[in-house]
Amino acid sequence: MLEIINLSYRAQDDNQDKEILDNINLKFEDNYTYVITGPNGSGKSTLAKLVMGILPASSGKILFNGMNITSLPINERAKLGISYAFQTPVTFKGLKIRDLIDVACGQKKSFDQICEILSKVGLCAKDYINRPLDDKLSGGELKRIEIALALCQEAKLNIFDEPEAGIDLWSFDNLIDIFNSLKNSTNIIVSHQKRILHISDYIILLKNGQIEKFGKKEEVVPLLEKRQCARLVRSK
Amino acid sequence: MNKLEKKLLEKISDLHTMPSGAFNIRKNGQLFDRASTKEIEITPKKNKNGINIKIKDGTKNKSVHIPVIITVGGLNDLVYNDFYIGKDCDVLIVAGCGIHNATCKTSLHSGIHSFHVGQNSKVRYVEKHIAEGKSGDKILNPITKIVLQKNSFMQIETLQLDGVTSSLRKTIARLGEGATLKVQENISTSEQQWTKTYFKVLLAGRDSRAEIVSHSVAKGRSFQEFKSNLIGQELCFGHVECDGIMMDEARIVSVPMIDAQNSNSSLIHEAAIGKIASDELIKLMSLGLSKEEAENMIIEGFLLG
Repeated sequence: MLEIINLSYRAQDDNQDKEILDNINLKFEDNYTYVITGPNGSGKSTLAKLVMGILPASSGKILFNGMNITSLPINERAKLGISYAFQTPVTFKGLKIRDLIDVACGQKKSFDQICEILSKVGLCAKDYINRPLDDKLSGGELKRIEIALALCQEAKLNIFDEPEAGIDLWSFDNLIDIFNSLKNSTNIIVSHQKRILHISDYIILLKNGQIEKFGKKEEVVPLLEKRQCARLVRSK
Repeated sequence: MNKLEKKLLEKISDLHTMPSGAFNIRKNGQLFDRASTKEIEITPKKNKNGINIKIKDGTKNKSVHIPVIITVGGLNDLVYNDFYIGKDCDVLIVAGCGIHNATCKTSLHSGIHSFHVGQNSKVRYVEKHIAEGKSGDKILNPITKIVLQKNSFMQIETLQLDGVTSSLRKTIARLGEGATLKVQENISTSEQQWTKTYFKVLLAGRDSRAEIVSHSVAKGRSFQEFKSNLIGQELCFGHVECDGIMMDEARIVSVPMIDAQNSNSSLIHEAAIGKIASDELIKLMSLGLSKEEAENMIIEGFLLG
């Protein structure tokens, strides 16, 4: 469903080209959940942003269901069936939660329908539907709404950039349930979180902008756990 | 009233028919229709253009509409409207001016409004300004003077949309003990239009409070200037916020001044001017909107949300 071929991304740093992602090749199959993980600065979020078109590829190709989407704008990719939940949810001045839900759903939704959508992320529509999506909402509330907007799109490919960041414990259980319920879509989750690694089918481990390991969860999780133990021993 | 006039009236005051409460409709510099009620009396001024609106003590859940429509060019309409709101009231006042000028001559409306709000009263004042027609200049220069008595509350919501050639807007308020003034001003300009808006708020009474929020959208080569002067003379709280979105080659100037004359005054000003934030555009585009649709949605929410 998604194929990444020789994909690279370079950014200017102190007037010098810096390779953030270097020649990435990946194939994502229908209806599996993939977690992209790796240390800070390894290029995880950059890879997710390149797939959504938020950043432009420096070279290489992105194919979505066989179609070359490398130079398509963000909204065209959304229309093809790709959703993106941001690590830091965006706030607006004057737009209400209901407005954003209507846009994400592609049509006006009834109160009952919005109630159903928001209840998936543990929010009561009555309290939120007419609230502005602004910085008066807590980080946890914003994050839940961000996830809800992605779910509204009923996309074929869902991308979640660090969905656990800023979320409270109760929401975290809820979040795991949501990911477990997404059986009819391909999901790419950028995460460090152990519990999220465990709900994946495949894990992509990035290091310095390159794929260090790509394999089934059963192969990659033990490797990561082994490294974690080694780090703990070293720190003691 | 013809179709055009009815449409203008609907745009500025949301009125589809004559309002049920007290009203005064002014058309092309003349009285069109007027009605008083037992609680709200509207009488013409004797020595100049305008009306006195007297609202009796204890009037609650009532409204007054005083829209102005202008559909001719070459008119210089200066009008004085004085509101006397008694004690313990809770009222809605809807004003505004709609100009449709298809001539080459200038249409100018200057509405000088004064509000005397009695103790413990609550007033919501909604004012819309719109202008249409491609030829002659359409100028609106509203002045609003406010005196808020002890523990009174006034909320002002003003909206001026594209089309007004130039506008000089002044709001001057004096707040007594425990009084609160909340203002939400939303202005949009385009082409070569310009608007200057000025607030002077005197927080004279203990525990008085003023919150002024201005949202500006300037497109084309238009120009907007926001100036405010918040003066704290007692234990009080004041907050001024000016947010501006600039597009094309437009310019916005913000000059928020705060003057704490008493050490117990707490005054804050914030100003932020810039293009539409790219993360807002990206978010809406990721939900399927084109760049242009996303810009329109952000601006509409910013001005009308």
